Amino acid sequence: MEGKMIDENGLRVDGRKVDELRQIKIEAGVLKRADGSAYVEWGKNKVLAAVYGPRECHPRHLQDPSKALVQCKYNMIAFSVSDRKRPGPDRRSVEISKIISEALEYVVFTEYFPRTSVDVYIEILQANAGTRCAGLTAASVALADAGIPMKDMIPSVAVGKIDGQIVLDLCKEEDNYGQADMPIAIIPRTGEILLMQMDGHMTTDEFNRAMEYGFGACEKIYQLQKDALKRRYAVEDVEGLEEDVPREQQELEG
Amino acid sequence: MKESEIMSKDGMVRSVREIVVPGELLDSGKLKPGNGTYVADGKIFASQLGIKSTKSNYVNVIPLGGRYIPVTGDNVIGKVIDIGPSNWLIDINSPYPAPLHVNEVPWRVEFGDTARYLNVGDTILAKVLMVDETKRVQVTMKDQGLRKLQGGQIVDISHSKVPRVIGKSGSMIQLIKSHTNCRIFVGQNGRIWLDGDIENIVVAIRAIRMIDEDAQTMRLTERVKEYLESVMKPSQ
Repeated sequence: MEGKMIDENGLRVDGRKVDELRQIKIEAGVLKRADGSAYVEWGKNKVLAAVYGPRECHPRHLQDPSKALVQCKYNMIAFSVSDRKRPGPDRRSVEISKIISEALEYVVFTEYFPRTSVDVYIEILQANAGTRCAGLTAASVALADAGIPMKDMIPSVAVGKIDGQIVLDLCKEEDNYGQADMPIAIIPRTGEILLMQMDGHMTTDEFNRAMEYGFGACEKIYQLQKDALKRRYAVEDVEGLEEDVPREQQELEG
Repeated sequence: MKESEIMSKDGMVRSVREIVVPGELLDSGKLKPGNGTYVADGKIFASQLGIKSTKSNYVNVIPLGGRYIPVTGDNVIGKVIDIGPSNWLIDINSPYPAPLHVNEVPWRVEFGDTARYLNVGDTILAKVLMVDETKRVQVTMKDQGLRKLQGGQIVDISHSKVPRVIGKSGSMIQLIKSHTNCRIFVGQNGRIWLDGDIENIVVAIRAIRMIDEDAQTMRLTERVKEYLESVMKPSQ
């Protein structure tokens, strides 16, 4: 496959430029039963995230008397890939669940809810490379939708290398035949990196280039996350708030 | 950012407030951080999805959702979920179950005789007695008006909508009560207990659902009133 992934015009297999994202659609509050939810379509990826909590932590021995736990489950549905995926947790999904939990735990104000857990469920309905990034992007929108206090939302994107060139947001073919793949997640405002993994090789220059692409793309994704939430809760007017009653005055009335 | 003001149809000036998402900059100087906000590098950011509101030099975010976190002094509606020899465990619709000790009920209860007074599944009006720093909660029934609720129905709404259901100095809840002739208790934890004729309860529940779903929309009180008047005649 060497030398075939980027054509003479600098376009990739799916016609994108090297620093171009796939088409991303984010929708917040799609599930009625969960406390918060989000649905993300990212190219051919389809991801659903749901949040419950903060709720009583089970198993009890995991409870932390000083803060809440963020427990994430990343799961690929059997029909998410072309060869049926054997259902249930495997080495890969346990790893992804762990790194996503840790990224989310950093932004949530866990100390507000001691002894509880915030449960995040990420279901991959359709996979086409970059599902952990899509999953984390969806999960942070779902957390915000659940009304959980948090520092910021987390946009996430993968950067990779194909044909010796750094490219943004690998698709399935590029992921399979590429030379490197590096998912990252950041807080755009502070530039803090919450998730970074890499397989393959990159030189220092290539790495710096990759970071530059990644940070740029995360800004765009962050904007999409914000738009999704604002669209969901668009209000014409908040007359009700003029009637805001101080807590002491809210009497039980018989 | 300054709040924009618009003229609505009836000529009244109303301020339109904006929806903010976690991490959004609220203010970078003059104001003080209030509820639903946090401070980083001397600037105030939203920590929750909600509506930005500025009141007497404080920026607050009024949350649109989230779980009920008990606060000392809140009146809540609880369900008995477990019984011990000297206490009951009450579910108050929050992440934390709340024990109710026999000393905190208006009856004299012998040790081990708790089930005679309150059983699993019973509903009570209670008050949050105290909450410690690890959010261990205790509730009490020793206060005026607190009691076991017999009969009636329970509706759950988001606890952030409770002020909307009550309305300014009780206007909304009075409206529903006078039109439907129901007895209604609203708990801070987002549980509402209603009792009355079954047809009237159905109407009241529908009105409450309306408030829950459209809490942030225009002319809510008038719309609820219109609805109630369309199905009921006022009882006075």
